[in-house]
Amino acid sequence: MNDEVLKMTSVVKRFAHHEVLRDVSLTLHRHEVVCLIGASGSGKSTLLRCANLLETIDGGDIELFGQSLLDPRIDPDLVRRHMGTVFQSFNLFPHLSVLENIALGPVRALKRPFDDVRDEAMALLARIGLQDRAREFPDRLSGGQQQRVAIVRSLAMRPSLLLLDEVTSALDPTLVGEVLDLLTDLATSGTTMLIATHEMSFARDVAHQVAFLDNGVLVEQGPPDQVFERPRHDATRVFLERVR
Amino acid sequence: MSSDTDAPASDAPPQLFASRRRLIFKGRNGLVASLTSSAALVAVILLILFATAGGQSFRFYFFNPHFLWIALRGDPVKAVSSVLGGIVTNIWIFLLCEVLVLFFGLVIAWVRITTTPLLVPFRLLATVYADIFRGIPFVLVIYIVGYGIPQLSLGALSNESPAVYGCIALTLTYSAYVSEVYRAGLHSVPHGQILAARSLGLTQYATMRRVVLPQAVRTVIPPLLNDFISLQKDTALVSLIGVVETSRAAQIGQETYFNGSFLTMSALLFLAMTIPMTRFTDHLIDRDREKRLAGAQ
Ligand SMILES: Nc1ncnc2c1ncn2[C@@H]1O[C@H](COP(=O)(O)OP(=O)(O)O)[C@@H](O)[C@H]1O
Ligand SMILES: [Mg+2]
Repeated sequence: MNDEVLKMTSVVKRFAHHEVLRDVSLTLHRHEVVCLIGASGSGKSTLLRCANLLETIDGGDIELFGQSLLDPRIDPDLVRRHMGTVFQSFNLFPHLSVLENIALGPVRALKRPFDDVRDEAMALLARIGLQDRAREFPDRLSGGQQQRVAIVRSLAMRPSLLLLDEVTSALDPTLVGEVLDLLTDLATSGTTMLIATHEMSFARDVAHQVAFLDNGVLVEQGPPDQVFERPRHDATRVFLERVR
Repeated sequence: MSSDTDAPASDAPPQLFASRRRLIFKGRNGLVASLTSSAALVAVILLILFATAGGQSFRFYFFNPHFLWIALRGDPVKAVSSVLGGIVTNIWIFLLCEVLVLFFGLVIAWVRITTTPLLVPFRLLATVYADIFRGIPFVLVIYIVGYGIPQLSLGALSNESPAVYGCIALTLTYSAYVSEVYRAGLHSVPHGQILAARSLGLTQYATMRRVVLPQAVRTVIPPLLNDFISLQKDTALVSLIGVVETSRAAQIGQETYFNGSFLTMSALLFLAMTIPMTRFTDHLIDRDREKRLAGAQ
């Protein structure tokens, strides 16, 4: 059985003449958690944006469930409905209540009736312990609460995978834990995730695969104990020593 | 030990009292001071108006009760139209143009910022349109439309009343201004909002409709209202192509009776229309600033 969800093959991405991704190949299997590590500016965000077609690529191929996303018949809006994306800066919609934030995608993109969606959204909020904040606006919540809402907002689309871009980097250190706990919880229940992160101990504990990106090159990839304990490349070793 | 500062060497407490001169303007004394100056100002104005020859003639020319009254009701015998009747024309022109401008301004702004390939030629057109109508003096636009269209033998379009041409000219010019206001508002929404909406699989249209527009409205309303205040006043310019609205009616009255009270009445009617809008706009701007200050603490 082929359980490849997302497969990037020799992806190249340039901004003008600056090659930001060079021949990057990465596969995400069903129920797998892959952590993407690397210095800032190494291309992690770009890679995630290429995956959900917010950027066009200049070479290689990206497949979702075996279908090439470069096919001209592909509708990017349909592709993105299968990929939940969570950003460093939450990007909750400030003019909508917490509940409406979660319901917007299912109602406006999937055209599902609001009544069904509301029940599901409330269940998601209960999962993160915020069911009694449903009617409030995002700016009433703490950063950690906002980011957890942003995560369940993407879950409400019932995506096949989640793309998470440094979702704890903008948070006060005391609030990082609650978000990582939610991600750990999702990983345990089998959510497929590609996570760009600087949280090395989280990557070590939760990831099935760790991929190290250095200046647009995917230098090393493997299970966490191998990448963290016995890195094969000098670049990886140098990076890990610096972040430790 | 010697020191070159002036700090008192002893334990004497520092001098903290305000000087005599400053005390005059402090506390209850401040209230007395402001009342005194207000009374003085009013007294000077009244003195000029009632005790000087210039003041008398000013009152007679601009605030003559007899002519103010004629201005209000008009004088059919001398073919002087009512300034009050005239303002009705200004009001309906304003209301009609406001609706049209809100709509066309949004369409132009929308076309200018969307990236749909289908709309590319229209985007260019909209940009050229906005540049042209923001660049030509309105007086010229109204002459071009008001005297030009009737010459073109375009069927019904060439046989409308001057008021209709006035509306067309106002709508053309103000849609260009307002499209810029909308465009600035749409650009004020952070890009992350658009990324988040598109990532949820919302189409470009749904992103605009559900995420960008509702957030842009807040930034757009004060400048929009400012443009509408100008629009209210510029309705007077349709008189240039022969519409007898309030300012033209006032001018006719002034020429007939050689008295400026007609102009005064017309100005008062304009103020009755614009001041509520000005106050409301300032109120919204202040409230928005307070909100932002509260958020930034
Ligand atoms: N829209 C863009 N235009 C030009 N250069 C960009 C753009 N986005 C990212 N880059 C460049 O691409 C490189 C990788 O950026 P990014 O993917 O954000 O890295 P990371 O997320 O790992 O910090 C950086 O050098 C950055 O300056
Ligand atoms: Mg990044």
